[in-house]
Amino acid sequence: MSLTGLFLITFLIVHCYINAQIFYNDGGARFTEAAHFMGTNFLIRTVEIGLMGFLLLHVIQGLALWSKNRSRRTNRYAVNAGSATSPWYSRSMALLGTLILLFLIMHLSKFWAPNRFSQITGNGEKDLYHMMKEEFQTAWVVGVYIFGCISLGWHLVHGFYSAFQTLGLGTSRYKGLIKTTGIAFSIIVPLIFIAMPVAFFMNWLA
Amino acid sequence: MQHYNMNLTLKVWKQKNGKTKGGFETYPVRNVSSEMSFLEMFDVLNEQLVSEGKEPIAFDHDCREGICGMCSMVINGRAHGPWSQNTTCQLHMRAYEDGDTITVEPWRADAFPVIKDLVVDRTGFDRIIQAGGFISVNTGNAQDANALPIDKQKADESFAAASCIGCGACVAACPNASAMLFVSAKVSHLALLPQGEPERMTRAFNMVNQMDTEGFGSCTNIGACEAECPKGISLENIARLNREYIGSMLSGSKVEGMA
Ligand code: HEM
Ligand code: SF4
Ligand code: FES
Repeated sequence: MSLTGLFLITFLIVHCYINAQIFYNDGGARFTEAAHFMGTNFLIRTVEIGLMGFLLLHVIQGLALWSKNRSRRTNRYAVNAGSATSPWYSRSMALLGTLILLFLIMHLSKFWAPNRFSQITGNGEKDLYHMMKEEFQTAWVVGVYIFGCISLGWHLVHGFYSAFQTLGLGTSRYKGLIKTTGIAFSIIVPLIFIAMPVAFFMNWLA
Repeated sequence: MQHYNMNLTLKVWKQKNGKTKGGFETYPVRNVSSEMSFLEMFDVLNEQLVSEGKEPIAFDHDCREGICGMCSMVINGRAHGPWSQNTTCQLHMRAYEDGDTITVEPWRADAFPVIKDLVVDRTGFDRIIQAGGFISVNTGNAQDANALPIDKQKADESFAAASCIGCGACVAACPNASAMLFVSAKVSHLALLPQGEPERMTRAFNMVNQMDTEGFGSCTNIGACEAECPKGISLENIARLNREYIGSMLSGSKVEGMA
């Protein structure tokens, strides 16, 4: 869980950096250049296969862990402590993860799948910048993206810290640093992602 | 603190044995003193039940001073009740007010099956200890106390981990019914000292293995255990257990019960 989660976090950083190129507001020139590199570089494409594998592994492990842990208390409590002893998001990782997964299916089928299909069938890369521009004119699509990114943020508030604790790094010395960095990461990265569809919707970008 | 009396309604889990299905019974308890402990309140209720010719409620207790870990009760959803770093026997009725309804349930985990009413079988913890929570020493006279120099900070951390009383509140509180906090305390107090070195490479692996075999859940770092532990055992111990576990995996020595 920990290793696949950290790998996905690394991917998020790269993905966020590349896509943030749209904010140069240069009609997508720098973004398209970066996307072209990512979409055609042999090494990146190889890592992409690993990424898909790790995502799948993370989902399977996560759901298996959730169902196993649920089965360890067949008779449940009549009264639950709720947030008196732990934050809600730490108890809702499988739910948040499932929301992310549903979002990802929609997201990949909008951009990644058509692009790769076009490449494989010899029609070359798609103009992702203008696809985004078009997709994000629709209010509900933008709404789903905002909701997906907020789910990701909560998943990461617990996930970032949890991954390091699982690796045994949650000592008194580093715990504060890990928690603070995790919270900052979980706010900043989803916010940058949210800014993308919102910027297109508000016609801030040429 | 002002003394006062109160009338309460208790909803208590009654279960004949591990094979039957249990359910809640409602009992009115009158004139409870704010200075009683929670267990004394149960004593009063049980005497009342006996005098009415009814069956008293079975619950575990022994020392009644917060050191044995027997008094397992989940009170309104909280292991050992609402006070932090506290056992049920140390909980006092001044935590409640006249007219309150209090729901009392047993520790709920498949690895802690109900024996009767609020009494659960916690021998799974004993088998985890047997799997690795020991050290090998020569018998005979006790060694001179200062023969082995030990770093002060390590001694303190080890001592803090050794304060675990094996009550199982961590399991009761954990949404996954995991015993990681208990296991981490038992691994830590030995791993920090030179006396724990001989079995160090197999201890964490064997104890975690036994924890899984007993049917406890897996840790997802939620932290409800730390919040409910009467002895303030810290999550840092779980981080240490994870390091010890990774260490024993890497060392490749997975010898079962090497004693
Ligand atoms: C880009 C997307 C994602 C990222 C960056 C991510 C990251 C993480 C991280 C860092 C952890 C903590 C690992 C640990 O405690 O050792 C975690 C846990 C978890 N993830 Fe994800 N995740 C993502 C997507 C998903 C998806 C799609 C699911 C689908 C079901 C999911 C389900 C889970 C579950 C159930 C856990 C719980 C384990 C626990 O409570 O510790 N995650 N995730
Ligand atoms: S770690 Fe705390 S809650 Fe768990 S058994 Fe030990 S004393 Fe009880
Ligand atoms: S009865 Fe011993 S700790 Fe409560």
